Amino acid sequence: MTLVLNDEQRMLSDSVQSFLEGCAPVAHLRKLRDARDATGFSPALWRDFAGQGYSGVLVPETHGGLGLGVVEAGLISERLGHTLTPTPFLSTAVLAAWVISRAGSAAQQDRLLPAIAAAETVVAVAVDECSKHRPAVVATRAARDGTGFVLDGSKLFVLDGHVADTLVVAARTGPEALTLFLVDAGAAGLEIERTVMVDAHNAARLSLKSVRVGAEAVIGVIDNGGALLEQLLDVGRAVVAAQLLGVADEVFDRTVAYLKERKQFNRPIGEFQALQHRAAQLYCDLELTRAIVLKALQAVQKDATRARVLVSQAKSRACTTANRAVQEGVQMHGGIGMTDDLDIGLFMKRARVLQELFGDAGFHADRVATLGGY
Amino acid sequence: MSELEAFRADTRAWLEENCPEEMRRPVVKDADMCWGGRNPRFQSEAQRVWLERMTKRGWTVPAWPRAYGGGGLGKEEAAVLKQEMNALGCRLPLYSFGIWMLAPVLLKYGSEEQRLEHLPKIARGEIRWCQGYSEPNAGSDLASLATRAELVDDHFVVNGQKVWTSYADESDWIFCLVRTDSARKQAGISFLLFDMGTPGVTTRPTLLISGKSPFCETFFDDVKVPGRNLVGELHGGWSIAKYLLMHEREMISGIGSAVADKSAGQLAVESVGVDAQGRLLDLSLRSQVASFEVDEAAFAAWLQMTADRARRGEGHPAVASGLKYYGAELNKRRWELLAASGGADALEWEGSHSKDGEVTRTWLRSKGNSIEGGTSEVQLNVVAKHILGLPGA
Repeated sequence: MTLVLNDEQRMLSDSVQSFLEGCAPVAHLRKLRDARDATGFSPALWRDFAGQGYSGVLVPETHGGLGLGVVEAGLISERLGHTLTPTPFLSTAVLAAWVISRAGSAAQQDRLLPAIAAAETVVAVAVDECSKHRPAVVATRAARDGTGFVLDGSKLFVLDGHVADTLVVAARTGPEALTLFLVDAGAAGLEIERTVMVDAHNAARLSLKSVRVGAEAVIGVIDNGGALLEQLLDVGRAVVAAQLLGVADEVFDRTVAYLKERKQFNRPIGEFQALQHRAAQLYCDLELTRAIVLKALQAVQKDATRARVLVSQAKSRACTTANRAVQEGVQMHGGIGMTDDLDIGLFMKRARVLQELFGDAGFHADRVATLGGY
Repeated sequence: MSELEAFRADTRAWLEENCPEEMRRPVVKDADMCWGGRNPRFQSEAQRVWLERMTKRGWTVPAWPRAYGGGGLGKEEAAVLKQEMNALGCRLPLYSFGIWMLAPVLLKYGSEEQRLEHLPKIARGEIRWCQGYSEPNAGSDLASLATRAELVDDHFVVNGQKVWTSYADESDWIFCLVRTDSARKQAGISFLLFDMGTPGVTTRPTLLISGKSPFCETFFDDVKVPGRNLVGELHGGWSIAKYLLMHEREMISGIGSAVADKSAGQLAVESVGVDAQGRLLDLSLRSQVASFEVDEAAFAAWLQMTADRARRGEGHPAVASGLKYYGAELNKRRWELLAASGGADALEWEGSHSKDGEVTRTWLRSKGNSIEGGTSEVQLNVVAKHILGLPGA
């Protein structure tokens, strides 16, 4: 597989770019934030987004989607990193669409996939239970109750959980076994608390107290959710890495432009070698991140069970690169970089969230070591 | 089966039949590399045979035209050959500054007569070349070089000194930057080729901190060089010099990505050991090695992406500077980690246990990676100016 995009992929990326720059530039996020919008994203924009087909990127054509792959989902995610547009794309169109297409029953697919492609529903995925991403630690239990289950536990950092109609919940069904369940947001015993995050995107904390679900709520095979969850997370990680790349690219472009325009000591500050070298190093970081992210997306698309090392390499590297890009972005802009008026700070905030999401640089370096046998 | 797939099948069969078993083991020490030359030193009969067989097919330089000793393969076929050689683990039959550095220059700037004279000998590994660039007072500021070449009738008379001439003492010919006009800096430089056996050429090895070295100082004392050995225009050597440097950077940037026998993590396990969970006993080292392996994988992907872009005629030529910078720094990191993993073992300078301080010496040698072929700082200048378009760089 070559590490360049094909013509169709380039066209997709270009059309997403012109759509987002036209309808939802960074000012769009700023407006929602300043209005303290309760949803945190614009449902009208989300429908327009769906009108372009983007929300159905991973939904098979038989269910009204584009039937494309994880590489294409990554390209859309990357463009969302440039404009910071809040949408339920990651929760609903990537994670939920992938896991339901991959492992959902025919009834689940018929009910949810067309609705996802049409932006008629929001589906959120609930995995994390502690402040750091530790997917091995799932304490939420699902006890058998006749043919169904009773769920007890709590979840946090559930993206778009505050407006989700349906939740995908990972719960323990045995000492060594996990199962994924579809839970209706209105289910008795389920409490959802909206959390507004630093980047003005929204997530939720869930509390599950004796929440009853039927056997039809199981995604895939009972007790086999662990492997499915790891693949689902790897899809999410690769797509988040692509968004981190988009954030880093955008900050870098804006920063290099500023180095050329800002004058001090009667010359553009971009003439100073102290800044030039740091910018050139960042350029290298961005290029190698671009390469490893594309490679990871391709690997996940080909076979999500065999992409673990590449995904962790890509997510770890993307976190490091984006972190460096936003820090240099603020520093090289100087005082104005600290002001809320300038967009650079918004990119720093988004990068912070995306780094924590599904494991930061350290988590994934640790996974690389473990998988590498050391 | 497409033509290309048929070529792949034939190539694989030929390699399996003709590449000696010994030439399919990874290159780990200097003697594993065959450099050819008038007085070639073959490590083994297998090494000699491998060069001979590949030369016959023109596959030391598969994509060159046959008239120049190449294999006449198209880009796609050459890529297939490379893939099949990698798949079998075949060593390069010939390591050659002639192939990597001089040939691109001759193909772009040389006369047809020069190409026909030199390229076939390079392709067959008959003449080994060295590079006369740096001087005692011309390092990063290469264009300040002072070695003079005066045109007297139909020949040049060369006087001066070069430093860091890799393998000068084992090379047959030199490609050399000389000053032909002292009034102009860049515009007073010419690109000359001459035989290292010419009277007036002497070499002296340079000992490095690693205790050994392929480098020499090279002295020119009234060396007579035929006028036809000038490449390109008189005083037109600087653009040739830069073009060659670009190829040199591409070559060096591959160092960090060379498929090593074992990963840094595996090597650390062997020397440090693991706990009951299989984790490296030194947790700080473990996280450093893991970060390194992440960057190593990302750099390898960057090299692949650059090659894929080049095949589509895309990409910025100055990317070679970025790759050279990153590859050199990465290789230094690798050897810092291997030295740290080795602990007291990696302090040995002599002794059979450490193969005479192999790790120790390689760790020291790697420090030169970010100096030779243009320092890291110079590479960053190039990226800042030519790719990012920053002012005044």
